[in-house]
Amino acid sequence: MITSDILGYSWLSLKGYKSRTLLMLLAMSISVASVLLLTALGEGARRYVNGEFASLGTNLVIVLPGRSETAGMGLNTMMGVTPRDLTLEDARALQRHSAITRIAPLNVGAAEASWQSRKREVTIMGSTQELLTLRHWKLASGSFLPDTEWDRATPVCVIGKKIRDEIFGAHSALGQWIRLGQNRYRVIGVMASEGRSIGIDVQELVIIPVASAQALFNTPSLFRILIESKSREAMQKVIEFTENTIKQRHHGELDVTVITQDAVLKTFDNILSALTYGVGGIAAISLAVAGILIMNVMLVAVSQRTAEIGLLKALGASRQKILVLILTEAMQLSLLGVFFGFILGLGGSWGIRSALPELQAYPPLWAILASFGVAMLTGLLFSLLPATKASKLDPVRALQGH
Amino acid sequence: MIKLEHIHRDFQVGDQTVHALDDINLEITQGEYLSVMGPSGSGKSTLLNLIGMLDHATSGSYSLADQNITEMDEQQEAQIRNKYIGFVFQAFHLIPRLSAAENIELPLVLAGIAPSVRQPKVEQALQAMNLVDRAHHKPDQLSGGQRQRVAIARATITEPSVLLADEPTGNLDQKSGEDVIDTLESLNKKGITLIIVTHDHHLGKRSARAIKMLDGRIESDQANG
Repeated sequence: MITSDILGYSWLSLKGYKSRTLLMLLAMSISVASVLLLTALGEGARRYVNGEFASLGTNLVIVLPGRSETAGMGLNTMMGVTPRDLTLEDARALQRHSAITRIAPLNVGAAEASWQSRKREVTIMGSTQELLTLRHWKLASGSFLPDTEWDRATPVCVIGKKIRDEIFGAHSALGQWIRLGQNRYRVIGVMASEGRSIGIDVQELVIIPVASAQALFNTPSLFRILIESKSREAMQKVIEFTENTIKQRHHGELDVTVITQDAVLKTFDNILSALTYGVGGIAAISLAVAGILIMNVMLVAVSQRTAEIGLLKALGASRQKILVLILTEAMQLSLLGVFFGFILGLGGSWGIRSALPELQAYPPLWAILASFGVAMLTGLLFSLLPATKASKLDPVRALQGH
Repeated sequence: MIKLEHIHRDFQVGDQTVHALDDINLEITQGEYLSVMGPSGSGKSTLLNLIGMLDHATSGSYSLADQNITEMDEQQEAQIRNKYIGFVFQAFHLIPRLSAAENIELPLVLAGIAPSVRQPKVEQALQAMNLVDRAHHKPDQLSGGQRQRVAIARATITEPSVLLADEPTGNLDQKSGEDVIDTLESLNKKGITLIIVTHDHHLGKRSARAIKMLDGRIESDQANG
C-alpha cells in the first residue's frame, strides 16, 4: 500500500466514526494541554523568583563583618582579640581587581529627620554613587550621590518617596535642607524605586555619602560592602580575591563572611525546577491515562469493524497491512490530539500571562517536546494490542461479524 | 488451475470433531463455470473459503495456478489472494463510509497501485457495471442490486482468474438476482473461472458444471447438459 493511501484510509475511518474520534481527541488534547499548562506555571514561578533576585542587582558579592564559623582556640581568641571592623579602607583595597566593576560600601543607622516642624525616625544608609547602578535603583527626580572621594563628607542626601511625601508634603523637596540627627543635609534627589530589597524599603530610606554617615553615627565600621562582579564566571575569582585581601589587611585572619546572591538564587532555581519537573511528570501520567483510553476505544473500534477487517483480508490485505492501518489510525489520532492540546495549552498559558502579567508562564521547550513524544508513544504503545488483535482475526469468522 | 487433493478440514466443536470437508479431490480448469450446492453444513462455504485461502486445510494439498498454496506463509497468501481471487459475498460487505468508486478501488489500493493507474480501471469497472452515475454514492444510497454490482466490480478490479461467489443472490429480489447472475456469467464468458455457492436449484442448473455436497463430501460432480 502507498503511504498516502494508508494515511487516506485511516483518515476516512477517523472521519467515519466522529463521536469516537472526538472523544479520544478530547482526552488526548486535555492531557497534552495540562502538561503544557502546569509546566508553564512552574516555569513562570521560576522566572518570577529569578526576576525578583535579579532586581537586587546581578552578580552581587556581599561582604559582611564577622564570621559565623568558630576558628577554634587560635592565637586571637587566646589574646582576646575581637573581630576587626570592616572599614572604608578595606572597601577601597578591593577596587584594584579587574573583575570587579562596582563597589558600594554600606553604612546603616537610624536617626531623626526633621524639616521645619515635621519630624520622623528614618533609616539612613551611607554609601557611594555606585550604589544606584549596582542595585538597579531609579531616581524619580534630582540626582544621586555625587561622585566624590569616598572619605569626603558632603552634606547632601537622597530621600525615598514615602519620606518625601511625609516630610515635605506638597512642597518641593529638591534643594531643601533637612536635619538628620545633629547635621543638616541638602536634598538632591528622590528615589523612584519601589519594592523592598534585602529587607529595606527604598521608599523609607535616606541615603547620604558614606563618610557623612560615618560622622553621623560616629563609627568607622561598615555594615556591608556590596561588590558587583564583571560576570557570573568571574565571581569565584572575586570571592577569592576579596577573602584574600581582607585577610591580608586584617593581619591574617578571615573575620568577614563573603556570600553571593547567586548561591541563594541557585537554591530557589533548583527547588522551582524540581517542582516544574514534578508537576510535568504528574501531568504526563494523565497522558498515559489518555493512552489507556485510546487502547479501549481502539479495541471497541476493532470489534465494531470486525467484518471490515475480514473483508480487507479477503481483498488481499496481509496481517502486517492491517497492523499498519490500525496503528496509523491511532497515530493520526494522537497527532491530532497533540495538535489540539498544543492549541489549548499554549492558548491557556497565554491566558495566564494576560491575567497575571508578572508571571511569565511560557511552557518550557522540554515540556513541549516531551508531551509530544509521550503522547505519540502512548498512542503507539496502547494501540499495539488492538492492532495485533485485528491483524490476527480469522477472516472467515470476521466476515460473519464474529 | 485449481487442484485440491485429499483435503480435510476439521473443526473442533466442544469435544466433538466436525469434518467440514472430508477427503475432497477436485480439479477446476481455467474458465470453468461451477455451482456448488448442498444443504446447510454440507461444507460448501468452507470449500469456497478454502479455495479463496481464507480458510486452511487440516490436511491435504491445494495448488492454485501451479503454486502450492499449502506451503505459503500469510503474506504470500495475501498477495496471491489479491492477484488471483475475487470474492462476492451474500452480505455484499461494502465499507459504508467509502463511496461506490472507493469501494471498487480498494483491492488496488491494498496492492499498492498508484492512483493514476487505478483511476482508469475504476472508471472502466463503473462503466462495465453500469454504475457511472452512482460512483460517488455511499452504499446506503444504493439498491441491493447496485450494491452487489459494486461488490462484483470490486472483486474483478484486479482482473483475478477466479471469482468466488457465496450466495451472491441470497439478499436480493428475483429481478436483481437475475441481473447479478447475468453479470457474473458474462464475466465467465470473458474467461474468468466462476464458482458459485448457492441454495437455488434454478441457479445450479445454469452452470456448466454442478457439484453437490453432503456432509463434507462431494456427492456428485456432473456437467449440466
